[in-house]
Amino acid sequence: MSPVTRGFHGRPHQQVNATRLPPGQSIRTDFPVLSATPTPHTPLDEWTFEISGAVDRPVSWTWDELRALPAQTPTVDIHCVTKWSKLDTRWRGVSIDTLLAAVQTQATFVLATCDGGYTTNLPLLDVSGGRAWIVYEYENQPLPPEHGGPARLLVPHLYFWKSAKWVRGLTLRDFDAPGFWEGYGYHNYGDPWKEQRYQGD
Amino acid sequence: MERAEVPGRLTPVRRLVGGLLARLRGADRPGPAEPVDTRDPAVAAEAAEWRLATVVALRRETAHARTVVLDVPGWPKHAAGQHVDLRLTAEDGYQAERSYSIASPPEDPGVAITVDRIPDGEVSPFLNDILLKGDQFELRGPFGGYFNWRMEDGGPLLLVAGGSGLVPLMAMLRHRQATASSVEVHLLLSARSPDDVLYQDELHALSTVQAVTISQTFTRRPPPGWDGFARRIDREMLQTVGPSPAAMPKIYICGPTAFVEQAAELLVGLGHPPGTIRTERFGPSG
Repeated sequence: MSPVTRGFHGRPHQQVNATRLPPGQSIRTDFPVLSATPTPHTPLDEWTFEISGAVDRPVSWTWDELRALPAQTPTVDIHCVTKWSKLDTRWRGVSIDTLLAAVQTQATFVLATCDGGYTTNLPLLDVSGGRAWIVYEYENQPLPPEHGGPARLLVPHLYFWKSAKWVRGLTLRDFDAPGFWEGYGYHNYGDPWKEQRYQGD
Repeated sequence: MERAEVPGRLTPVRRLVGGLLARLRGADRPGPAEPVDTRDPAVAAEAAEWRLATVVALRRETAHARTVVLDVPGWPKHAAGQHVDLRLTAEDGYQAERSYSIASPPEDPGVAITVDRIPDGEVSPFLNDILLKGDQFELRGPFGGYFNWRMEDGGPLLLVAGGSGLVPLMAMLRHRQATASSVEVHLLLSARSPDDVLYQDELHALSTVQAVTISQTFTRRPPPGWDGFARRIDREMLQTVGPSPAAMPKIYICGPTAFVEQAAELLVGLGHPPGTIRTERFGPSG
Protein backbone atom coordinates (compact mmCIF):
# COMPACT_ATOMS: atom_id res chain seq x y z
CA MET A 1 0.00 0.00 0.00
CA SER A 2 1.49 3.29 -1.09
CA PRO A 3 1.69 6.08 1.49
CA VAL A 4 -0.23 9.27 0.72
CA THR A 5 1.92 12.14 -0.54
CA ARG A 6 0.99 15.20 1.52
CA GLY A 7 -0.57 17.93 -0.59
CA PHE A 8 -0.75 15.91 -3.80
CA HIS A 9 -4.21 15.74 -5.34
CA GLY A 10 -3.44 15.18 -8.99
CA ARG A 11 -5.18 16.85 -11.84
CA PRO A 12 -8.90 16.48 -12.18
CA HIS A 13 -8.48 12.86 -13.07
CA GLN A 14 -8.24 12.31 -16.77
CA GLN A 15 -11.51 11.19 -18.23
CA VAL A 16 -10.08 8.26 -20.10
CA ASN A 17 -11.71 4.94 -20.58
CA ALA A 18 -9.82 2.91 -18.00
CA THR A 19 -9.85 -0.08 -20.28
CA ARG A 20 -7.54 1.79 -22.64
CA LEU A 21 -4.95 3.27 -20.28
CA PRO A 22 -2.44 0.83 -18.73
CA PRO A 23 -1.26 1.44 -15.13
CA GLY A 24 1.16 4.31 -14.59
CA GLN A 25 0.51 5.84 -18.03
CA SER A 26 -0.94 9.21 -18.95
CA ILE A 27 -2.37 10.45 -22.22
CA ARG A 28 -0.39 12.53 -24.68
CA THR A 29 -1.90 14.16 -27.71
CA ASP A 30 1.43 15.07 -29.31
CA PHE A 31 3.96 12.45 -30.35
CA PRO A 32 7.24 12.61 -28.40
CA VAL A 33 10.44 11.61 -30.15
CA LEU A 34 12.63 9.36 -28.05
CA SER A 35 15.88 7.96 -29.35
CA ALA A 36 19.28 7.22 -27.85
CA THR A 37 21.28 8.21 -30.92
CA PRO A 38 21.26 10.48 -33.98
CA THR A 39 18.56 9.75 -36.55
CA PRO A 40 19.89 7.63 -39.44
CA HIS A 41 18.97 8.45 -43.04
CA THR A 42 19.07 5.52 -45.46
CA PRO A 43 18.23 6.35 -49.11
CA LEU A 44 15.19 4.38 -50.26
CA ASP A 45 17.07 2.90 -53.23
CA GLU A 46 19.48 1.30 -50.76
CA TRP A 47 16.80 0.22 -48.33
CA THR A 48 15.87 -3.45 -47.96
CA PHE A 49 13.98 -5.47 -45.41
CA GLU A 50 15.21 -8.99 -44.69
CA ILE A 51 13.94 -12.00 -42.81
CA SER A 52 16.90 -14.18 -41.92
CA GLY A 53 18.27 -16.53 -39.26
CA ALA A 54 16.54 -19.82 -38.52
CA VAL A 55 14.64 -19.97 -41.82
CA ASP A 56 14.79 -22.29 -44.83
CA ARG A 57 16.26 -19.41 -46.85
CA PRO A 58 16.55 -15.70 -46.13
CA VAL A 59 14.13 -13.44 -48.00
CA SER A 60 14.53 -9.76 -48.62
CA TRP A 61 12.35 -7.03 -50.10
CA THR A 62 13.36 -3.74 -51.67
CA TRP A 63 11.44 -0.60 -50.77
CA ASP A 64 9.29 -0.90 -53.90
CA GLU A 65 8.67 -4.59 -53.30
CA LEU A 66 7.58 -3.97 -49.72
CA ARG A 67 5.28 -1.16 -50.83
CA ALA A 68 3.73 -3.48 -53.42
CA LEU A 69 2.65 -6.00 -50.76
CA PRO A 70 -0.94 -5.89 -49.51
CA ALA A 71 -1.21 -3.06 -46.98
CA GLN A 72 -3.23 -2.78 -43.79
CA THR A 73 -4.24 0.36 -41.91
CA PRO A 74 -4.20 -0.43 -38.20
CA THR A 75 -5.57 2.16 -35.75
CA VAL A 76 -4.04 1.38 -32.39
CA ASP A 77 -3.16 2.76 -28.95
CA ILE A 78 0.54 3.01 -28.20
CA HIS A 79 2.22 2.97 -24.79
CA CYS A 80 5.74 4.26 -24.15
CA VAL A 81 7.71 2.98 -21.17
CA THR A 82 8.44 6.64 -20.31
CA LYS A 83 4.78 6.78 -19.23
CA TRP A 84 2.93 8.39 -22.09
CA SER A 85 0.22 6.72 -24.09
CA LYS A 86 -1.35 7.91 -27.30
CA LEU A 87 -4.75 6.67 -28.38
CA ASP A 88 -6.07 5.93 -31.87
CA THR A 89 -2.84 6.31 -33.81
CA ARG A 90 -3.31 5.50 -37.49
CA TRP A 91 -0.67 3.66 -39.47
CA ARG A 92 -0.26 2.00 -42.85
CA GLY A 93 2.00 -0.92 -43.53
CA VAL A 94 2.43 -4.62 -44.10
CA SER A 95 1.42 -7.28 -41.61
CA ILE A 96 4.38 -9.34 -40.36
CA ASP A 97 2.21 -12.39 -41.15
CA THR A 98 2.46 -11.48 -44.83
CA LEU A 99 6.26 -11.38 -44.61
CA LEU A 100 6.56 -14.55 -42.52
CA ALA A 101 4.52 -16.41 -45.12
CA ALA A 102 7.57 -16.17 -47.39
CA VAL A 103 9.73 -18.36 -45.15
CA GLN A 104 9.55 -21.70 -43.39
CA THR A 105 10.73 -21.74 -39.81
CA GLN A 106 10.59 -23.56 -36.50
CA ALA A 107 11.88 -20.44 -34.70
CA THR A 108 10.22 -19.20 -31.52
CA PHE A 109 11.91 -15.82 -31.09
CA VAL A 110 12.81 -12.88 -33.25
CA LEU A 111 15.37 -10.08 -33.05
CA ALA A 112 14.45 -6.90 -34.90
CA THR A 113 17.53 -5.20 -36.37
CA CYS A 114 17.73 -1.57 -37.43
CA ASP A 115 19.79 1.13 -39.06
CA GLY A 116 22.05 2.56 -36.39
CA GLY A 117 22.48 -0.80 -34.67
CA TYR A 118 19.38 -0.79 -32.46
CA THR A 119 17.88 -4.20 -31.70
CA THR A 120 14.91 -5.52 -29.76
CA ASN A 121 13.84 -9.10 -29.00
CA LEU A 122 10.33 -10.55 -29.09
CA PRO A 123 8.65 -13.95 -29.06
CA LEU A 124 7.69 -14.86 -32.63
CA LEU A 125 4.10 -15.30 -31.47
CA ASP A 126 3.95 -11.61 -30.57
CA VAL A 127 4.78 -10.47 -34.09
CA SER A 128 2.33 -12.86 -35.73
CA GLY A 129 -1.41 -13.39 -35.64
CA GLY A 130 -2.23 -9.90 -36.88
CA ARG A 131 -0.56 -8.15 -33.96
CA ALA A 132 2.48 -6.57 -35.65
CA TRP A 133 3.35 -4.64 -38.80
CA ILE A 134 6.14 -2.97 -40.71
CA VAL A 135 4.64 0.51 -41.07
CA TYR A 136 5.66 3.28 -43.46
CA GLU A 137 2.86 5.81 -43.02
CA TYR A 138 1.62 7.62 -39.94
CA GLU A 139 -1.62 9.62 -40.07
CA ASN A 140 -1.68 9.33 -43.89
CA GLN A 141 1.82 10.78 -44.29
CA PRO A 142 5.15 9.08 -44.97
CA LEU A 143 6.65 8.12 -41.60
CA PRO A 144 9.07 10.94 -40.66
CA PRO A 145 12.71 9.92 -39.97
CA GLU A 146 12.58 10.99 -36.32
CA HIS A 147 9.63 8.65 -35.79
CA GLY A 148 11.46 5.75 -37.41
CA GLY A 149 10.98 6.37 -41.11
CA PRO A 150 11.18 5.15 -43.73
CA ALA A 151 9.74 2.16 -41.85
CA ARG A 152 9.42 0.94 -38.30
CA LEU A 153 8.12 -2.11 -36.53
CA LEU A 154 4.71 -1.63 -34.91
CA VAL A 155 3.85 -3.98 -32.03
CA PRO A 156 1.29 -1.93 -30.14
CA HIS A 157 0.44 -4.48 -27.45
CA LEU A 158 3.96 -4.13 -25.99
CA TYR A 159 5.78 -1.02 -24.72
CA PHE A 160 6.78 1.11 -27.65
CA TRP A 161 10.54 0.48 -27.47
CA LYS A 162 9.65 -2.93 -28.97
CA SER A 163 8.28 -1.08 -32.03
CA ALA A 164 11.80 -0.59 -33.36
CA LYS A 165 12.46 2.53 -35.43
CA TRP A 166 14.42 2.35 -38.69
CA VAL A 167 13.83 -1.40 -38.83
CA ARG A 168 15.69 -3.30 -41.54
CA GLY A 169 15.12 -6.93 -40.68
CA LEU A 170 13.92 -9.70 -38.46
CA THR A 171 16.36 -12.40 -37.40
CA LEU A 172 14.43 -15.52 -36.45
CA ARG A 173 15.92 -17.57 -33.63
CA ASP A 174 15.14 -20.68 -31.63
CA PHE A 175 16.49 -18.99 -28.51
CA ASP A 176 15.84 -15.68 -26.76
CA ALA A 177 18.51 -13.10 -25.97
CA PRO A 178 18.13 -9.47 -24.96
CA GLY A 179 18.13 -6.61 -27.45
CA PHE A 180 19.39 -3.08 -26.81
CA TRP A 181 17.22 -1.74 -23.99
CA GLU A 182 16.50 -5.24 -22.70
CA GLY A 183 20.28 -5.41 -22.08
CA TYR A 184 20.19 -2.14 -20.17
CA GLY A 185 17.76 -3.19 -17.50
CA TYR A 186 14.44 -2.81 -19.29
CA HIS A 187 11.97 -5.68 -19.15
CA ASN A 188 12.54 -8.59 -21.51
CA TYR A 189 8.88 -8.77 -22.61
CA GLY A 190 7.35 -5.36 -21.82
CA ASP A 191 3.61 -5.86 -21.35
CA PRO A 192 2.19 -2.40 -20.47
CA TRP A 193 -0.88 -3.93 -18.85
CA LYS A 194 1.36 -5.76 -16.37
CA GLU A 195 3.55 -2.66 -16.10
CA GLN A 196 6.63 -4.64 -17.13
CA ARG A 197 8.90 -1.61 -17.49
CA TYR A 198 12.11 -2.87 -15.98
CA GLN A 199 13.75 -6.19 -15.20
CA GLY A 200 12.21 -7.37 -11.97
CA ASP A 201 8.74 -5.94 -12.76
CA MET B 1 13.94 17.63 -16.28
CA GLU B 2 11.48 15.00 -17.25
CA ARG B 3 13.34 12.47 -19.26
CA ALA B 4 12.59 9.85 -21.80
CA GLU B 5 14.44 7.58 -24.07
CA VAL B 6 14.01 4.73 -26.48
CA PRO B 7 15.80 3.29 -29.56
CA GLY B 8 19.51 3.65 -30.01
CA ARG B 9 22.57 1.94 -31.33
CA LEU B 10 25.57 -0.02 -30.12
CA THR B 11 25.68 -3.31 -28.37
CA PRO B 12 25.63 -2.97 -24.60
CA VAL B 13 29.02 -3.70 -23.11
CA ARG B 14 29.02 -5.78 -19.97
CA ARG B 15 30.93 -4.00 -17.29
CA LEU B 16 33.22 -6.27 -15.34
CA VAL B 17 33.26 -4.15 -12.21
CA GLY B 18 29.61 -4.50 -11.43
CA GLY B 19 27.07 -3.64 -8.82
CA LEU B 20 27.67 -6.96 -7.09
CA LEU B 21 31.15 -5.81 -6.17
CA ALA B 22 29.71 -2.56 -4.93
CA ARG B 23 27.38 -4.44 -2.64
CA LEU B 24 30.10 -6.74 -1.36
CA ARG B 25 32.14 -3.71 -0.43
CA GLY B 26 29.16 -2.07 1.19
CA ALA B 27 27.20 0.32 -0.95
CA ASP B 28 26.94 2.83 1.87
CA ARG B 29 30.65 3.31 2.16
CA PRO B 30 31.76 6.80 1.23
CA GLY B 31 34.19 7.34 -1.60
CA PRO B 32 34.04 6.67 -5.32
CA ALA B 33 31.03 4.62 -6.31
CA GLU B 34 31.39 1.33 -8.10
CA PRO B 35 29.77 1.42 -11.53
CA VAL B 36 26.25 0.07 -11.64
CA ASP B 37 25.88 -2.95 -13.88
CA THR B 38 22.37 -2.62 -15.25
CA ARG B 39 22.73 -6.05 -16.88
CA ASP B 40 23.17 -7.73 -13.51
CA PRO B 41 19.74 -9.22 -12.67
CA ALA B 42 20.29 -8.59 -8.94
CA VAL B 43 20.97 -4.92 -9.65
CA ALA B 44 17.93 -4.69 -11.91
CA ALA B 45 15.70 -6.27 -9.26
CA GLU B 46 17.01 -3.80 -6.69
CA ALA B 47 16.27 -0.89 -9.01
CA ALA B 48 12.73 -2.08 -9.70
CA GLU B 49 11.84 -1.98 -6.00
CA TRP B 50 9.79 1.04 -4.83
CA ARG B 51 11.41 2.84 -1.88
CA LEU B 52 10.13 5.60 0.38
CA ALA B 53 12.00 8.83 -0.30
CA THR B 54 12.08 11.74 2.15
CA VAL B 55 12.73 15.33 1.10
CA VAL B 56 15.79 16.57 2.99
CA ALA B 57 16.42 19.81 1.11
CA LEU B 58 14.82 22.03 -1.50
CA ARG B 59 16.72 24.53 -3.59
CA ARG B 60 15.26 27.02 -6.04
CA GLU B 61 17.38 27.08 -9.20
CA THR B 62 15.32 29.40 -11.42
CA ALA B 63 11.85 30.93 -11.28
CA HIS B 64 10.52 27.72 -12.81
CA ALA B 65 12.88 25.01 -11.59
CA ARG B 66 13.63 23.55 -8.20
CA THR B 67 16.06 20.93 -6.96
CA VAL B 68 14.65 18.28 -4.63
CA VAL B 69 17.21 16.45 -2.50
CA LEU B 70 16.01 13.08 -1.26
CA ASP B 71 17.09 10.61 1.36
CA VAL B 72 16.36 7.12 0.05
CA PRO B 73 17.19 4.33 2.51
CA GLY B 74 18.93 1.45 0.76
CA TRP B 75 19.54 3.48 -2.40
CA PRO B 76 21.76 1.50 -4.81
CA LYS B 77 24.57 3.54 -6.33
CA HIS B 78 23.66 5.16 -9.64
CA ALA B 79 25.71 6.26 -12.62
CA ALA B 80 25.73 9.85 -13.86
CA GLY B 81 23.04 10.18 -16.52
CA GLN B 82 20.59 7.68 -15.04
CA HIS B 83 17.02 8.48 -14.02
CA VAL B 84 14.49 7.62 -11.35
CA ASP B 85 10.76 6.99 -11.39
CA LEU B 86 8.57 8.83 -8.88
CA ARG B 87 5.12 7.76 -7.73
CA LEU B 88 2.86 10.22 -5.96
CA THR B 89 -0.31 9.05 -4.24
CA ALA B 90 -3.31 11.27 -3.52
CA GLU B 91 -5.61 10.71 -0.53
CA ASP B 92 -8.20 9.05 -2.74
CA GLY B 93 -5.62 6.55 -3.95
CA TYR B 94 -5.03 8.23 -7.31
CA GLN B 95 -1.42 7.83 -8.40
CA ALA B 96 0.82 9.63 -10.86
CA GLU B 97 4.19 8.38 -12.05
CA ARG B 98 6.94 10.42 -13.67
CA SER B 99 10.57 9.89 -14.61
CA TYR B 100 13.28 12.43 -13.73
CA SER B 101 16.98 12.55 -14.47
CA ILE B 102 19.27 12.40 -11.47
CA ALA B 103 21.21 15.63 -10.96
CA SER B 104 23.52 14.44 -8.19
CA PRO B 105 26.70 12.42 -8.71
CA PRO B 106 26.98 8.81 -7.56
CA GLU B 107 29.30 9.99 -4.79
CA ASP B 108 26.53 11.92 -3.01
CA PRO B 109 24.35 10.06 -0.54
CA GLY B 110 20.77 9.81 -1.79
CA VAL B 111 19.40 11.41 -4.90
CA ALA B 112 18.78 14.93 -6.14
CA ILE B 113 16.50 15.77 -9.05
CA THR B 114 15.83 19.15 -10.65
CA VAL B 115 12.28 19.66 -11.81
CA ASP B 116 11.22 22.22 -14.40
CA ARG B 117 7.68 23.46 -13.80
CA ILE B 118 5.47 22.69 -16.76
CA PRO B 119 2.49 25.07 -16.77
CA ASP B 120 -0.71 23.04 -16.36
CA GLY B 121 1.37 20.03 -15.44
CA GLU B 122 0.19 17.61 -12.82
CA VAL B 123 3.37 16.63 -11.03
CA SER B 124 5.97 19.30 -11.81
CA PRO B 125 3.98 22.21 -10.26
CA PHE B 126 3.47 20.11 -7.14
CA LEU B 127 7.20 19.36 -6.87
CA ASN B 128 8.03 23.03 -7.54
CA ASP B 129 5.55 24.81 -5.32
CA ILE B 130 3.88 22.53 -2.79
CA LEU B 131 6.44 19.95 -1.71
CA LEU B 132 8.03 20.66 1.69
CA LYS B 133 11.06 19.37 3.51
CA GLY B 134 10.10 16.16 5.30
CA ASP B 135 7.47 15.16 2.74
CA GLN B 136 7.60 11.63 1.41
CA PHE B 137 6.81 9.82 -1.80
CA GLU B 138 7.82 6.63 -3.51
CA LEU B 139 10.80 6.35 -5.80
CA ARG B 140 12.60 3.60 -7.65
CA GLY B 141 15.68 3.24 -9.79
CA PRO B 142 18.28 3.95 -10.95
CA PHE B 143 17.30 3.21 -14.54
CA GLY B 144 18.85 3.73 -17.97
CA GLY B 145 22.23 2.16 -18.68
CA TYR B 146 23.11 3.92 -21.91
CA PHE B 147 23.11 7.70 -21.44
CA ASN B 148 25.79 7.36 -18.75
CA TRP B 149 29.30 8.65 -18.20
CA ARG B 150 31.72 7.19 -15.69
CA MET B 151 35.15 8.53 -14.87
CA GLU B 152 36.82 5.46 -16.36
CA ASP B 153 35.03 6.06 -19.66
CA GLY B 154 37.48 8.93 -20.16
CA GLY B 155 37.16 11.77 -22.64
CA PRO B 156 37.35 14.26 -24.07
CA LEU B 157 33.70 15.05 -23.45
CA LEU B 158 31.34 17.27 -25.35
CA LEU B 159 28.15 17.92 -23.42
CA VAL B 160 25.36 19.73 -25.23
CA ALA B 161 22.40 20.90 -23.16
CA GLY B 162 19.17 22.55 -24.16
CA GLY B 163 17.43 24.19 -21.18
CA SER B 164 16.78 21.74 -18.37
CA GLY B 165 18.50 19.08 -20.47
CA LEU B 166 21.47 20.21 -18.41
CA VAL B 167 20.33 18.06 -15.47
CA PRO B 168 21.84 14.63 -16.36
CA LEU B 169 24.90 16.36 -17.83
CA MET B 170 25.36 18.15 -14.50
CA ALA B 171 25.46 14.76 -12.79
CA MET B 172 28.36 13.91 -15.14
CA LEU B 173 30.19 17.17 -14.37
CA ARG B 174 29.69 16.62 -10.64
CA HIS B 175 30.92 13.04 -10.97
CA ARG B 176 34.02 14.31 -12.77
CA GLN B 177 34.67 16.77 -9.97
CA ALA B 178 33.98 14.25 -7.19
CA THR B 179 36.45 11.79 -8.68
CA ALA B 180 39.03 14.51 -9.33
CA SER B 181 39.02 13.48 -12.97
CA SER B 182 40.97 15.76 -15.28
CA VAL B 183 39.14 14.65 -18.42
CA GLU B 184 38.76 17.53 -20.90
CA VAL B 185 35.16 18.74 -20.96
CA HIS B 186 33.34 21.17 -23.21
CA LEU B 187 29.81 22.16 -22.25
CA LEU B 188 27.57 23.98 -24.69
CA LEU B 189 24.48 25.26 -22.98
CA SER B 190 21.54 26.74 -24.83
CA ALA B 191 18.96 28.67 -22.81
CA ARG B 192 16.37 31.28 -23.56
CA SER B 193 17.87 33.84 -21.18
CA PRO B 194 20.34 33.96 -18.26
CA ASP B 195 17.35 33.67 -15.90
CA ASP B 196 16.68 30.21 -17.30
CA VAL B 197 20.13 28.79 -16.58
CA LEU B 198 20.24 26.13 -13.87
CA TYR B 199 23.12 25.87 -11.38
CA GLN B 200 24.62 29.24 -12.36
CA ASP B 201 27.04 29.64 -9.44
CA GLU B 202 28.19 26.07 -9.70
CA LEU B 203 28.74 26.38 -13.45
CA HIS B 204 30.86 29.44 -12.81
CA ALA B 205 32.94 27.51 -10.29
CA LEU B 206 33.27 24.58 -12.68
CA SER B 207 34.65 26.86 -15.37
CA THR B 208 37.08 28.69 -13.11
CA VAL B 209 38.22 25.96 -10.71
CA GLN B 210 37.49 22.70 -12.53
CA ALA B 211 38.69 23.66 -16.02
CA VAL B 212 35.36 22.93 -17.68
CA THR B 213 35.11 24.90 -20.92
CA ILE B 214 31.61 26.37 -20.90
CA SER B 215 29.99 28.04 -23.89
CA GLN B 216 26.53 29.53 -23.64
CA THR B 217 24.03 30.70 -26.17
CA PHE B 218 20.91 32.70 -25.36
CA THR B 219 18.14 32.21 -27.86
CA ARG B 220 15.64 34.87 -26.71
CA ARG B 221 17.02 37.43 -24.26
CA PRO B 222 20.81 37.58 -23.99
CA PRO B 223 22.08 39.70 -21.08
CA PRO B 224 22.88 43.36 -21.78
CA GLY B 225 26.30 43.75 -23.35
CA TRP B 226 26.53 40.05 -24.17
CA ASP B 227 28.96 39.45 -27.02
CA GLY B 228 28.69 35.67 -27.05
CA PHE B 229 26.33 33.42 -28.99
CA ALA B 230 22.76 34.70 -29.15
CA ARG B 231 21.05 32.29 -31.53
CA ARG B 232 19.93 28.71 -31.85
CA ILE B 233 22.74 26.19 -32.16
CA ASP B 234 24.18 25.89 -35.65
CA ARG B 235 27.11 24.33 -37.45
CA GLU B 236 29.45 27.24 -36.96
CA MET B 237 28.72 27.35 -33.23
CA LEU B 238 29.46 23.66 -32.78
CA GLN B 239 32.63 24.03 -34.83
CA THR B 240 33.76 26.94 -32.67
CA VAL B 241 32.96 25.20 -29.39
CA GLY B 242 34.76 21.98 -30.41
CA PRO B 243 36.36 19.57 -29.86
CA SER B 244 36.80 18.52 -33.48
CA PRO B 245 35.96 15.01 -34.68
CA ALA B 246 39.71 14.29 -34.81
CA ALA B 247 39.76 14.41 -31.00
CA MET B 248 37.06 11.67 -30.94
CA PRO B 249 35.01 13.26 -28.15
CA LYS B 250 32.33 11.29 -26.38
CA ILE B 251 29.21 13.35 -27.01
CA TYR B 252 26.12 13.58 -24.81
CA ILE B 253 23.16 15.67 -25.92
CA CYS B 254 20.09 16.31 -23.80
CA GLY B 255 17.21 18.69 -24.25
CA PRO B 256 13.90 19.10 -26.02
CA THR B 257 13.33 16.90 -29.05
CA ALA B 258 13.89 19.52 -31.74
CA PHE B 259 17.06 20.73 -30.04
CA VAL B 260 18.53 17.25 -29.72
CA GLU B 261 17.58 16.31 -33.26
CA GLN B 262 19.25 19.46 -34.59
CA ALA B 263 22.40 19.11 -32.48
CA ALA B 264 22.86 15.45 -33.38
CA GLU B 265 22.36 16.08 -37.11
CA LEU B 266 24.83 18.99 -37.07
CA LEU B 267 27.46 16.99 -35.21
CA VAL B 268 27.12 14.04 -37.60
CA GLY B 269 27.41 16.56 -40.43
CA LEU B 270 30.67 17.87 -38.94
CA GLY B 271 32.08 14.35 -39.09
CA HIS B 272 31.46 12.98 -35.61
CA PRO B 273 30.70 9.24 -35.94
CA PRO B 274 27.05 8.57 -34.97
CA GLY B 275 28.28 5.88 -32.58
CA THR B 276 30.03 8.52 -30.44
CA ILE B 277 26.82 10.49 -29.92
CA ARG B 278 24.37 9.59 -27.17
CA THR B 279 21.10 11.44 -26.90
CA GLU B 280 18.34 11.86 -24.36
CA ARG B 281 15.23 13.74 -25.44
CA PHE B 282 12.24 14.99 -23.58
CA GLY B 283 9.10 16.93 -24.08
CA PRO B 284 6.87 18.63 -21.55
CA SER B 285 4.44 16.23 -20.00
CA GLY B 286 3.96 17.78 -16.61
